[in-house]
Amino acid sequence: MDTHESISSLQARLQQGETTSRDIVSTYLNRIEASNSELNALIHVDTDGALAQADAADKALAANPKTTDKPLIGLPVAIKANIAEKGQPLTCASKMLENFVAPYDATVVSKLKDAGAVIIGRANLDEFAMGSSTENSSSGVTRNPWSKEHIPGGSSGGSAAAVSAGYCAGSLGSDTGGSIRQPASFCGCVGMKPSYGRVSRFGLTAFASSLDQIGPLTLGVRDAATMLNVIAGHDELDSTSVPQDVEDFTQTLGEDIKGLKVGLPKEYFVDGMDPQVKSAVDAAIVQYSKLGAEIEEVSLPHTDYAIATYYIICTAEASANLARFDGIRYGARVDGKDPVELYSKTRGAGFGSEVKRRIMLGTYVLSSGYYDAYYLRAQKVRTLIRQDFQKAFEKVDILLTPTVPTPAFKIGEKSMDPLQMYLTDIFTISSNLVGNCGISLPCGFSENPELPIGLQLMGKSFEESKLLKSAYAFEQSTDWHQASPR
Amino acid sequence: MKDVLQPLLMSKTDFDIHYVAKLARLELTEEEEGTFGRQIGKVIDYIEQLQQLDVTNVEPTAHPVPLTNVTRPDEVRKSLTNDEALMNAPAKGNGLFMVPKIVE
Repeated sequence: MDTHESISSLQARLQQGETTSRDIVSTYLNRIEASNSELNALIHVDTDGALAQADAADKALAANPKTTDKPLIGLPVAIKANIAEKGQPLTCASKMLENFVAPYDATVVSKLKDAGAVIIGRANLDEFAMGSSTENSSSGVTRNPWSKEHIPGGSSGGSAAAVSAGYCAGSLGSDTGGSIRQPASFCGCVGMKPSYGRVSRFGLTAFASSLDQIGPLTLGVRDAATMLNVIAGHDELDSTSVPQDVEDFTQTLGEDIKGLKVGLPKEYFVDGMDPQVKSAVDAAIVQYSKLGAEIEEVSLPHTDYAIATYYIICTAEASANLARFDGIRYGARVDGKDPVELYSKTRGAGFGSEVKRRIMLGTYVLSSGYYDAYYLRAQKVRTLIRQDFQKAFEKVDILLTPTVPTPAFKIGEKSMDPLQMYLTDIFTISSNLVGNCGISLPCGFSENPELPIGLQLMGKSFEESKLLKSAYAFEQSTDWHQASPR
Repeated sequence: MKDVLQPLLMSKTDFDIHYVAKLARLELTEEEEGTFGRQIGKVIDYIEQLQQLDVTNVEPTAHPVPLTNVTRPDEVRKSLTNDEALMNAPAKGNGLFMVPKIVE
């Protein structure tokens, strides 16, 4: 059996009794065994637990082969290592949490379990989800399954690489400024950031609470919709979760997109884009018009200010959220002569460089005398960016852009220059500031080296069905999603 | 008026890494202070561009979907047990977190 099979196909074979969950899970485990030591996509594999969950799924399937209330029954799923699963390590790729064991399940994990999923292991990430390359990990860098010298993107680099390498049928990541979509683009899979408030953040280690959102990474769009069906919904354990009805996101897949209004933000199509990315995205635009969509140019005038706004807001929120790591209640501790010295030594030893930089930048922009000039001003610019999107969505149904201006870069290429690293987020961060939904799906390859290129679609908040339908129409009319790394 | 004056009052030289690290309770080595100071200085230069925008009369956005007064009934519910709450503690004793002496 190949481990590049869609969730829907695996599900069908399981329900028809053609295979068992134990067979499926064993095949994925073998694949992990064969190459994960090189790729380092998963930093913890729960072999025994996964096989036990598989056996339980087989039992349930034997009793009732059409267990449709369990859409992921028996299928191996990986979760980003900043999402809590009770009794399992939750390191967030940080020395600070090297020995931390989660005391409870995140809401998304409870939902995965209720859906019958087999949680096969934890995926690598940039420490506390801060980064765009998965190089800032206490567990070492993850390699791109398409080229071992290249990064997989980040911060959900392990989740994306695990899907592309065939270590799981789907995975969960978290997206604060593009951390699901950018690695999906670099690894050639589908990655979706749902609208803010669509998926509960309970049990997700907080980085920037007004921006973070959990979402699925999968081989195809239908699988993303299936996983979103499982994890979406209001949760009273997350006060920012939105009490909004959840539709069946697979329902609209396959619908005609004739007359769909696709907007091209002109500020996203400027100099500096890799020519191969540009031509792949141009071809995608042509494809949408062939499918009957109406292409229209729109303007998001404050695009140039999005990165500055984002790095003020996300670091401010991070500096507050990470104050909890003080060496008292959990995590690492380095003793000091008094509590303040204990805090400083613990945090100095426990956090990696990028986390320290962001905590300091965030502390600075919130500090007395600078708050109005940086933080409050960034919140105001956030309003202007939100208004840009509101206006654009009055004219069009979805926005189409590249996910990232370039294909994956090389390991080490940007790690010494944080600002260059931040600039790679230019096309993805706005939807976090605005709270709308976005998806990245494969739309081509670069040559020499052959690396995937991603197409980003953005939709209005809580219009995931329209977004997924639009993505699915493109995917099904092209064959980019069928390629898998050797 | 304040918004107009701000850019003139600031430059990246205001960024005192030693002071900020102290506020953030982060012990840094001398080498880290040097490297991070340069790197953060570059980022601050970059974010300065927000000063070019006129934000007069623009309301700040703290949150993409503002929900207010999200509460639940005030009733006792199941939560972590004492053991669970302490399971990751770096130092514990008698069912409590152990900390260095605070009061002499």
